[in-house]
Amino acid sequence: MRNFGLACLVLVIILGLGFLIAEAKVTTFTIAGSTSVQPIIEILAQEYMALHPQTRINVQGGGSSAGVKAAATGTAAIGMASRQLHPEERKLWKFTLAYDSIAVIVHPTNPIANLTTEQIHDIFNGEITDWSQVGGKPGPINVITREEGSGTRSAFEELILKKKPIIANAIVQGSTGAVKATISRDPSSIGYISSAIADQTIKILKDNINRPFLLLCATKPSGAVADFISWLRTPEAIAILTAEGLVPVK
Amino acid sequence: MKLKMVEPWIRTLLFLAAVFSILTVFLIVIFIFKEGLPFLNEIGLFSFTFGETWLPTRGHFGIFPMLLGSIYLTLGAILIGLPLGVGCAIFFAEFAPAKLTSWVRPAVEILAAIPSVIYGFLGLLILVPWLRQLYGGTGFSLLAGALVLGIMILPTIMTVSEDAIRAVPASYKEGSLALGATRWQTVYKVTLPAAQSGIVASVVLGMGRALGETMAVIMITGNVAQVPTSPLSPLRTLTGNIALEMGYAAGQHQQALFATGVILFILIFVLTSLANLVCWKGAKH
Repeated sequence: MRNFGLACLVLVIILGLGFLIAEAKVTTFTIAGSTSVQPIIEILAQEYMALHPQTRINVQGGGSSAGVKAAATGTAAIGMASRQLHPEERKLWKFTLAYDSIAVIVHPTNPIANLTTEQIHDIFNGEITDWSQVGGKPGPINVITREEGSGTRSAFEELILKKKPIIANAIVQGSTGAVKATISRDPSSIGYISSAIADQTIKILKDNINRPFLLLCATKPSGAVADFISWLRTPEAIAILTAEGLVPVK
Repeated sequence: MKLKMVEPWIRTLLFLAAVFSILTVFLIVIFIFKEGLPFLNEIGLFSFTFGETWLPTRGHFGIFPMLLGSIYLTLGAILIGLPLGVGCAIFFAEFAPAKLTSWVRPAVEILAAIPSVIYGFLGLLILVPWLRQLYGGTGFSLLAGALVLGIMILPTIMTVSEDAIRAVPASYKEGSLALGATRWQTVYKVTLPAAQSGIVASVVLGMGRALGETMAVIMITGNVAQVPTSPLSPLRTLTGNIALEMGYAAGQHQQALFATGVILFILIFVLTSLANLVCWKGAKH
């Protein structure tokens, strides 16, 4: 019995030492924040880790505000945000990864080819409630939106609605994927998502609403974090950004 | 000899385990109240609980639609889950041949092991479009949520009720049958009343699950922060409100979500106490 305990202890110590030695060679850091930036950063981080095996990058979601907070408090080495920074957040070190455009989308069978910004404004504001008012098949418009505080929603409210409220009976979905899944199954719905995520399951009506994808650090980064960020301006990183439907920064 | 030396240690360890779990409950309560109470003081408990407008980024904090949403949805889930669950329980305990029970019951119990996100996903892709075709509107509704939650709480209600029914002494049933009652008469005049407190307990457990369920509900109820007016209205629940907006909330908005947690806590406390009261009265009866 006693020998078994001793053997266990030795095993734990050896394993622990092994991990410590392995850990010493690898630098690990965390990127957390906006769920809009998360998918593209995951792809970039994977590519980067393949090229630099001594670096490990953990990518987590949480949302833009969580990203800003994580960067400020140091919970994550890099915070992600998909909106402009508020005045009190501007002391953070900022890197603009790319610009994202938001697309207004409908079901693929919707006969409408395009809508003016004014019409989109009126639909989401509740002044237009029937498709026949914008030249479509008569029937009520089902407006799909994101939750309060979402980066996509605040960008949409700012750029299209000019800060007017979204109609109160709009269906709220908690993620870009859920909005897309809803619209791909409801012929009378309309919503907005990141154009990087748009595909053939839905139809894009308007696609020029831009917002920045930001990476944030508490102070100017150094070491492995700085290496990763400077890699994001290399041609191979820019190729990935473009392939994902983003507009890279010159 | 050795065992006697070990005994106090084991006892201390077990005591620590108990202390740890109780401490966790207290810490959670303290944390939620610490974060939520200052906000409730500022806004006012009444205007927060009974306010009908929820626009946190514009400074409107009223969670009445979510409070009603949670209550309606839980009642709806019980309305669907209770008859199905108790029906299954009676069937397995009283009528089904043992061989069939040993096959079918594990299948129903597997319902409890399916992750809630799967229920939500199926609801979003199948049930919601189906309700939309059937009744028009968006399909995201109280009805969709109640149907899915009713199925989700079915195994809980079934297992606990079945145990209660099986625990009824055989002499009760034998007495009833000997007096010439049919099997069904025996079940609903003798067995069910005798198993009452266990069935109520199963409802309490199911209610707890329905009230706390978040992921599946977010995906199928539409999350509209308006008071639901019919079974086809979309609605938002208290848990859904917290989970949906937590990621992006900052400052006062975040405090408002903690305050939502306080109200949810009070609601659960009231419902559990009520159910315990019913249970206790039933037991005394």
